[in-house]
Amino acid sequence: MSSFIDRMLGRNPKGSSATAKERLQIVLVHDRINLPPERLKTMKEEILAVISKYVPVDVESVDISLEQRDRTSSRIRAEIPFNTTVRMIDPDEDVDDTVTARNASLKDSPAPASASSAPAPKDPSFLSDKSKDSES
Amino acid sequence: MGAKVVTITSGKGGVGKTTTTANLGVALARMGKKVTMIDADIGLRNLDVVMGLENRIVYDLVDIVEGRCRLRQAMIKHKQFPELYLIPAAQTRDKTAVSPQDMVNLANQLREEGMDYILIDSPAGIERGFRNAVAPADEVLIVTNPEVSAVRDADRIVGLLEAENKGPGKLIINRIKMDMVRKGEMLSANDVTDILAIKVIGIVPEDESVIPASNSGIPVTLNEGSRAGLAFRNIARRLLGEDVPFMDLDENKGFFQRLSKLFGGA
Repeated sequence: MSSFIDRMLGRNPKGSSATAKERLQIVLVHDRINLPPERLKTMKEEILAVISKYVPVDVESVDISLEQRDRTSSRIRAEIPFNTTVRMIDPDEDVDDTVTARNASLKDSPAPASASSAPAPKDPSFLSDKSKDSES
Repeated sequence: MGAKVVTITSGKGGVGKTTTTANLGVALARMGKKVTMIDADIGLRNLDVVMGLENRIVYDLVDIVEGRCRLRQAMIKHKQFPELYLIPAAQTRDKTAVSPQDMVNLANQLREEGMDYILIDSPAGIERGFRNAVAPADEVLIVTNPEVSAVRDADRIVGLLEAENKGPGKLIINRIKMDMVRKGEMLSANDVTDILAIKVIGIVPEDESVIPASNSGIPVTLNEGSRAGLAFRNIARRLLGEDVPFMDLDENKGFFQRLSKLFGGA
């Protein structure tokens, strides 16, 4: 529908101008805070290294990006999910199976840490919260 | 008091600073304003040829600053507009021949001469020449083209102006080609303002009469039929505080043409 409107207005949404706009928006965010993409990448890696010292991080789902509402207010928005599931049961199983197995084991046994040979998270509130979520 | 100092700059070269300065000077003079244009591009002067005044240069900007002439001696009066003046750049010196404070002093002297507007044509770049041109500015106009390198450089300029408390400046989007915008192959004026997030004071269409105008040293604003000329006159009126709507750059393309495009595919 939007492409219909675009054509009605005589615009082609897939032209190179869309690419130009996208590229400019990205390059200007970096220009404005003087942080080129490569250095941002290094910074991300260092942030993750620090957090991973304390909590296991689900590296696949990490999202760290620069946000700019206007020229003078930039910020880094980071979503860094902790990895509280994978290592609890059996590190060889793939993720879906692990989750199912874990849910099952949580119902069977109130002490899930015993089901795993991998080190369990130290804070037991993680486990109780999670098990409530998965049951509801 | 009195005169308003307007600096025309861009970051990138070749986007139309000199053309813009010449046309705004002429447009303001046509509206009865007393205007002095200063070519601050020392070593690469061009405003004189675009204005058709190259044969009348005796003294230049550096001669004034170094005291070899009085201010009035270096002000070249335009043939057609007796209250439009040009102070040309020196051709055999470089940007360091003038300091930002020299430019502030010069602007103050011109204020005493009773000018309404002082237009400064900045060199490209962000170094000394740019700082000279911006130092006395009350208002800065940033010229850009709808093209990635020009827009990126314009953004740098906005940042630098803000750092010098001269910002954010107002934007002139020059040389826009509506047929390419329509095909999605050129950034639109809206795209550029989205990206730069500053106020726009002018949108100038690509116009084949601009080059013949500079060939003959008669700014395109004096060509009544030229769309770019009209766009520059509109910018001059906006400088004076008039609320002038942006011209409809799309007026050549009627509804039926769009309709046929719609049915005819791309």
